[in-house]
Amino acid sequence: MLSVHFALFLIFALVCVAGAVNLLVQRHPINSALSLVVVMGSLAVEYLLLGAEFVAAVQVIVYAGAIMVLFVFVIMLLNAGEEERTQGSRVALLLGIPGMLVGSILIAWVVLNHSGTGSVEAGALPGPPKTLGWLLFHDFLLPFEVTSILVLIAIMGAVVLAARPEKREG
Amino acid sequence: MGIGLFIFISLIKIVIGLAVLLTGVAYSVWLERKVVGHIQNRWGPTRVGPFGLLQPLADGAKLLFKEDLLPPNVYKPLYIAAPMIAIICAVASISVIPIGNSVTVFGVTTPLQITDVNISLLIILGITSLGVYGVALSGWSSNSKYSLLGGLRASAQMVSYEIALGLSLVGVLIMAGSFSLRDIVDAQAGHCWGFIPRWNIFTGQFVAFFIYLTAAYAETNRIPFDLPEAETELVAGYHTEYSAMKFAMFFMAEYANMITVSCVATLLFLGGWHGPVFGPPILQAFLPVFWFVAKVFVFMLIYIWVRGTLPRFRYDQLMAFGWKVLLPLAIVNLIATALAVAW
Repeated sequence: MLSVHFALFLIFALVCVAGAVNLLVQRHPINSALSLVVVMGSLAVEYLLLGAEFVAAVQVIVYAGAIMVLFVFVIMLLNAGEEERTQGSRVALLLGIPGMLVGSILIAWVVLNHSGTGSVEAGALPGPPKTLGWLLFHDFLLPFEVTSILVLIAIMGAVVLAARPEKREG
Repeated sequence: MGIGLFIFISLIKIVIGLAVLLTGVAYSVWLERKVVGHIQNRWGPTRVGPFGLLQPLADGAKLLFKEDLLPPNVYKPLYIAAPMIAIICAVASISVIPIGNSVTVFGVTTPLQITDVNISLLIILGITSLGVYGVALSGWSSNSKYSLLGGLRASAQMVSYEIALGLSLVGVLIMAGSFSLRDIVDAQAGHCWGFIPRWNIFTGQFVAFFIYLTAAYAETNRIPFDLPEAETELVAGYHTEYSAMKFAMFFMAEYANMITVSCVATLLFLGGWHGPVFGPPILQAFLPVFWFVAKVFVFMLIYIWVRGTLPRFRYDQLMAFGWKVLLPLAIVNLIATALAVAW
């Protein structure tokens, strides 16, 4: 039964997977970065289709709009060029791609059948920002605070790594 | 309201909104040239039409007929796509900006807004952050030193000031309790103490207003934060190598961003379309729109006034200001607002 909802989900899932495959296939890093932006965007649409509008908006603002901009920024700054073509192996191509497909289907089947968690209908759980805020600051307060400390550690590491060496006297 | 009627009305609103926005962009260019001219003790455009009012038409015709160069060695897909990204993101924000209450035309009641989602403010912030790609990619794909430096500087500046921009708006969100722009404006209805309207700028978000204004000037790459496109520094920054219609797209995107930012400031801090409403019903439907447009016009005048008056920041001063002054101020404002609302 092809509802509009399912059709949209399928279209954007295909866009997402196509973007991810394009990321691997492209030789110039800037094309790969822009494919990753497409992946982030289609993930945001998937979140929207699940009824989590706040998460979708934050995905666009933070992931596609800031983190990926920094990726693109670094690629532009470092003037990364196209990758070189090295001697590929035909055996790897012939055995690898089917093998990887079979492996991932097997893992997905095992996980979906034996994961122990049920599934939820799209839109069954509330998604307005108020509920999200309540959950974040009441039920999940400890993981929230620990995550912010982790981010702080990352910031401090970046500052230390990027700091200029101290001048020595004499 | 059936789905067909809804789509039809939305299409009409989109066409009207787009036409009004693009005309607004063209005439804000005229306004800027006149006002900056008078600030600099000269006339500005006066030849083409009365008071130079047909100047934007002449400019548009010139840009349409100019030769569209494609310099060699540019990275073609991104070179062509970047101005499109810039203008799409600049124009897409008007889809959630409300300019008045509901009107009833020919028996159909519709709000004066293309769509009303309950995360409208986040959509505007998201579209603004996607607009950085237009700048960054155009700078890199032009294969020129000036463009690359301009593009890098502009994108770093825009990303840094987006944080202060977003945080300054959270104070307003705490006071209104919703992300929907219509709800935020409705929370500013009425008066306190009889005659002071309950706009957010008067009820405690005064500092946030100025943080927002400063961050918005940096986001739209306007003086005093326009080092990425300063003529004496970088020829023209990220749009050096663009000609004719592609340059026009960047130009329009910049002014459309200015208009969007002014609209958001009006909605969040100056009470949107609230103002004295009187008279017969047709006047009552029209007056809120008039107040909204008047407030946006005041914002554009302030933008242009600042452009004509202030010198520009040096790049390191600019980045230091954004991270070391605006961001802590925005966080302090947020804490103060949260404490005030909790008590």
